[in-house]
Amino acid sequence: MPSSLAAAIVDVFWQLPADAAAHGPALDRHLLLNLWIALALLALAHVLVIVGLAKRRRHTPPRRQVLIEFLPLAALALLFAFLATRAEALWQAARYTGPDRAALQIEVTGMQFAWYFRYPGPDATFGSTKPEFVSPGEGNPVGLDPTDPHSADDFVSSQLVLPAGREVDLRLHSQDVIHGFSVPEMRLKQNAVPGQDIHIHFTPTTPGDYAILCTQLCGLGHYRMTATLRILPEAAFEAWLSQHAKPEAQ
Amino acid sequence: MPTIFTPPQVDPRRKPDRSGEPGDGDHGSGRRPPIDKRTGGNDNGDGDENWNDRPVGSRGPRERIDQYRIGLGFSLSAILMFFIGLVTVFIVTKSNYHFDPHFQYINSWRPTPVPHIVWLSTAVLLLSSVAAEFARRSMFRESEAMDEWIGLGRPLSRRAGLWLSGALALGIAFLAGQADAWQQLAARPAYLRANTSSKFFYIFTVVHAIHLLLGLGALVVALVGLRNSRRLTTRQVLVDTTVWYWHAMGALWLCLFILLEFFQ
Amino acid sequence: MKHRTLGFAYLALSTLALLAGVTISLLMRLHLTWPDWVPMGRGPILPEEYLGAVTLHGTLMLFFVLTVAPLWGFGNLILPAQIGSRRMAFPTLNAAAFWILAASLTILCASPFVAGGTAISGWTAYPPLSAVAAAGPGQALGMDLWLASIGLFSLATCMAAVNMLTTIVCLRCDGMDWHRLPLTVWGWFTAALLSLPSFAVLLAALLLLFCDRHLGTNFFLPATLVVNGIVMHSPADGSPLLWLHLFWFFGHPEVYIAILPGMGLVSMVLANFARRRVFAYRVMIAVTVLIGGIGILVWGHHMFVAGLSPFAGSAFAISSMSIAVPASAEVLSWIATVWGSGITVGKARLTTSMLFALGFVSLFITGGLTGPILAQPILDQYLHNTFFVVAHFHLIMAMAGVFGLYLATYYWFPLIANRNLNERLGKIHFWLTIFFAYSTFLPMHITGLAGEPRHYAQFTGIAGPAGKLLAATMPLQRHITLSAIFLALAQIPFFLNLWLALRSSNTSVPNPWDATTMEWAPNAMSEDPTAPEPTTHTGPCEYALNGKTFHPQWQSVTQPNQAE
Repeated sequence: MPSSLAAAIVDVFWQLPADAAAHGPALDRHLLLNLWIALALLALAHVLVIVGLAKRRRHTPPRRQVLIEFLPLAALALLFAFLATRAEALWQAARYTGPDRAALQIEVTGMQFAWYFRYPGPDATFGSTKPEFVSPGEGNPVGLDPTDPHSADDFVSSQLVLPAGREVDLRLHSQDVIHGFSVPEMRLKQNAVPGQDIHIHFTPTTPGDYAILCTQLCGLGHYRMTATLRILPEAAFEAWLSQHAKPEAQ
Repeated sequence: MPTIFTPPQVDPRRKPDRSGEPGDGDHGSGRRPPIDKRTGGNDNGDGDENWNDRPVGSRGPRERIDQYRIGLGFSLSAILMFFIGLVTVFIVTKSNYHFDPHFQYINSWRPTPVPHIVWLSTAVLLLSSVAAEFARRSMFRESEAMDEWIGLGRPLSRRAGLWLSGALALGIAFLAGQADAWQQLAARPAYLRANTSSKFFYIFTVVHAIHLLLGLGALVVALVGLRNSRRLTTRQVLVDTTVWYWHAMGALWLCLFILLEFFQ
Repeated sequence: MKHRTLGFAYLALSTLALLAGVTISLLMRLHLTWPDWVPMGRGPILPEEYLGAVTLHGTLMLFFVLTVAPLWGFGNLILPAQIGSRRMAFPTLNAAAFWILAASLTILCASPFVAGGTAISGWTAYPPLSAVAAAGPGQALGMDLWLASIGLFSLATCMAAVNMLTTIVCLRCDGMDWHRLPLTVWGWFTAALLSLPSFAVLLAALLLLFCDRHLGTNFFLPATLVVNGIVMHSPADGSPLLWLHLFWFFGHPEVYIAILPGMGLVSMVLANFARRRVFAYRVMIAVTVLIGGIGILVWGHHMFVAGLSPFAGSAFAISSMSIAVPASAEVLSWIATVWGSGITVGKARLTTSMLFALGFVSLFITGGLTGPILAQPILDQYLHNTFFVVAHFHLIMAMAGVFGLYLATYYWFPLIANRNLNERLGKIHFWLTIFFAYSTFLPMHITGLAGEPRHYAQFTGIAGPAGKLLAATMPLQRHITLSAIFLALAQIPFFLNLWLALRSSNTSVPNPWDATTMEWAPNAMSEDPTAPEPTTHTGPCEYALNGKTFHPQWQSVTQPNQAE
C-alpha cells in the first residue's frame, strides 16, 4: 500500500491531467500557485501553533497587538485580493466575451444518460428540434424536425470531434435534468440546464482522445454518462466531416 | 404608550441593602436611574454593579412580556423571510422567458385578475386589526389594571374579550372572503391551468390563510385565557402576543395584496 | 421538558444519525473501491442504491448531526448555565421543536424502505431530477418523504432558534453584558440568528418543489422536458436555476451554522488551557457576527458553473474571497491566544479537550485554505463537483465540526455527567482520529485535482478515455477507503471511554479545568427555579499573567483570585 500511494501521488499530484486547451496552461499555473500558497500557509500556521504552545513568554504589550493581528490580517487580505484579481482576469478572458465569429459551432445535448453532439453541416445553420421527435432508438436523439430544410444536413454524433487550433463554441442543452458537461483535460466545466441555452467556448490545442464526463448528479446512470472528445489535426477533421456529411438528397 | 403595570413586589431575598448608598437609590418605582457603564457605575465595592439597568433580581412582568415580544419578533422575522422567499420567486418567474424555435423571445406571464371580493376582505382584515388593537390597549389601562390585579372584578379582561371576539369574527369573515375568491378563480379551470400567475395567487393566499388560521387559533386561546387564566400578567401576555401576531399577519396581507393587485 | 433533558435527547438523536451516516459512508467507500463487493445477505449495491446512500449520508450528517448537535444538543445543555439563567425562554416551544425533529428523522429513515427506495437527488435535491418522479428510482415516494422530513426539520429549527435567541437576549443574568458573553454563546447566537432566514427560505423552496411535484406548477421546471421518453409540456416557464438560488441561499449559511458554535467553543477552550485571555476578544465577537453576516452573501459560489451569468459569478467570487478575511482573523486570534502559553512545560494542561481544540484549529486551517481556491470561478471551472470539493468540506465540516462536538463532550463531561472521562483513552482517541482524518481526506485533494468527479457510483468498468481517467486514481481510492475504515474504528476508544466513565462511581470535582465561564459556577446547572440567580461580575478568561491564579466570572471582584 505505501508504494502504491507514493506512486499515485507522484503520478497524479505533480501532473494534473493532460492540458490540451489554449486557456489551460494559464489556469494550471494559477491553480498551482494557489496550491503552493495554501500549502505554505498551512505549514506556517501549524508551525506557529506548535512553536507558540512551547514558548513561555506570557506578557504581550498592547501595541504589539496591532502587529500580531492586524498586520498579518492585512497581508493575508492583500494576498487573497491578489489571487482573486488574477483569477478574475482569467475568468473574464474565458467567459465575459463570446466566442470568435469564426468559431466552430456545435450543439451539445445531454440526456439521461448520454451526450450527443450535433454539427450544423455545410449550411452552418442548426435545424429546429421538437421534443416530440426525440427518439434515440431511431437515430434521432435530439429530436430533429424533418420538415425544417436546415435539419437535412445536420448530423448527430456521440463523439465530440474537433479540429486542433480552432476555437469552438459549444451550445449546451439538456433534455431532462441538469447535467454537467466537463472535459477535465480541457479544464472546462459547465452545467447544461434544461430550458436554458448556455454557451462556452475554448480552443483545443493538442490532438488526442480525451474524456468527457457528466459532473452534475443526474440520476442512476450518472457515472456512466461519459463520452469521448477527439481532437484531430485540421486535415483529418475535414476528412471526418465530409465522411459524415449527409448527401444532399434526402 | 400604554404602561405595563409592575406591582411593587420585589423578592426580599434578592433585594440588597441600599440604605447606606448616596443619592435616593430606588425612587420608589422599582427602577434606578441609568448608570454610566464605562466608569463602572456606582459600584459600592460589594461587586453589585447594575450594568443591565434593572432592579437586582427582578424578573417581573415587564421582563416577561418583553421575552414574549422578542420571541414573537424573531418568529415573525422567520415568517417574513419565508414570504420574502416566495415573493422573490414571484418576481423572478414574472420575467422568465424562452426562445421559441424561431428565436422569438416569449414571456408567457399573464396576470391573474384579483376578484373584487378581496378588496372587501382586505378592508375587513384591517378592521379586525383595529379591533384587536383596542383589545390590546385595554389590557394595559393602568387605572383599572390595579383593580383587576387585586382581584376586584375583571374590567380589562371583559373589555378586551369583547374586542377580541370582534377581531375573531372579522378574521373569520376575511377567510370566508378568501374562500369565495378561490371559488371564483376555480370556476375558470382552463385559464388557471395555463397560467403561472394564478398559481402564485393561490400560493400566497393559501399560505397566508394558514398563518391567519394559526392567528385565529391564538385569538381563541387568548379568549379562553382571558376567562380561565388566574394572573393578570399572563392574560396581558396572551392578548399582547396574539394581537401583535395578528397585526403582523394583517400587514403581511396588505403587502401581498398590493403585490397581487398592482405588480403582476 | 427541561432543557437539560432536551439537550440529551437532541444529542441522542444526533448520535443515532451520526452512526447511521458513518455506516452509510463506509458502504459507499467500499462500493466505490470494490464495486463487485456484495454485502452479506443481499445483492450487489445498485447505482440507485449508491445514490440513495449519498443522499442519506449528506442529509443525515449535515442536518441531523452538524446542525442539531452543536446548536440544540450542547446549546440546550450548557447555554442557560453559561449566561447565568436557570431556564430557557420557551420550554414548551423547545420541546415541540424536539418532537418535530424526531418525527423528521423517523420519516427520513423510513425512505429506504418504501417503494422505489430513497431519493437519489442528493442532499441538494436539484430539480428537475427532484421534481419529476419519472426521472429516477426513488424520486417518487422517496423524494416526497425527503421533502416532508426536511420541511419538518426546517420548522423545528426555526422554533428552536426562536427559543435560543430569546433566551440569549432576555435571560442573561445580572452583569452578563453582551461583551462579557463567552464566545461560545456568541457562536450559538450567530448560528441561531442565521438559522431563521436560511431555514425559512428553504421551507419556501420546499413548498414550491412540492407544488411542482404534485400540484402541476412549474416553478423549477422549464416549458418542455423529455424525461424517460415522456414529453412534458407546460404552458409557462420555470427555471431549475431558481431552486439553486433558493437552496444555496439556505445551504451556505447552513454550513456556517454548523461551524460557528464550534469556533466559539475553541476560542474559550484554548484560552482556558493556555491560561490566557482570548486575543482581541471584542474583535472576535465582531468577527463571529461578520462571518455570519457575510455568509448570507456568498451563496453563488456553489453555482459558478451552474448557468449563472459570469458577472454574477465575479460578484460572488469577491464576496466569497472576502469571507476569508474574518476567518483568518479567527485563526490568528487562536494562534495568538496560545502563543507563549508555555503549555508543553506544564504538561498537565495539554488535556484531551485542549488537544481537540488544537485539532479543530488544524483541521479548520487545512480545510479552510482550500476555500479561497474554490472561491475563484476560473479554478472552480476545473474543480467544481470533484473530490477536491469533497475534501474541502469534509475537512472543515465533517472533521473540524465533529472535533468541535468531541471537544464539547470532553470539556463539559464533568459538568453534565459529574464523571471524568479517562485522559489516556481520550488522547489515544485524539491522535488516532486526527491521523486517520488527514490520511483519509488529504489524498482526496489529489484525486480531485486529477479530475475525479463526485456522486459517481463507480470509477471502474467504463470504456474509453473517460474510463481511463476515472480509473487512474483507484490506488488512492483504495487507500482512502482503508483509511476511512480505520477512522471509523478509531472512534471506538471514545465510546468505550463514555461507557466506562458512566459506569464508574468516581465523581468529578467541581470546575476541574479551572474555567472562568459561568456554567462552572457552583449550582450553575441546577434547574431549581427557586435557587438564587447567579450574577456575573467580570468578563470571561480572567487569568493572571503568571498563570497561577484566575478569577471566575461568577466571583465578586472584591474576592481574591482562585488558585489553580
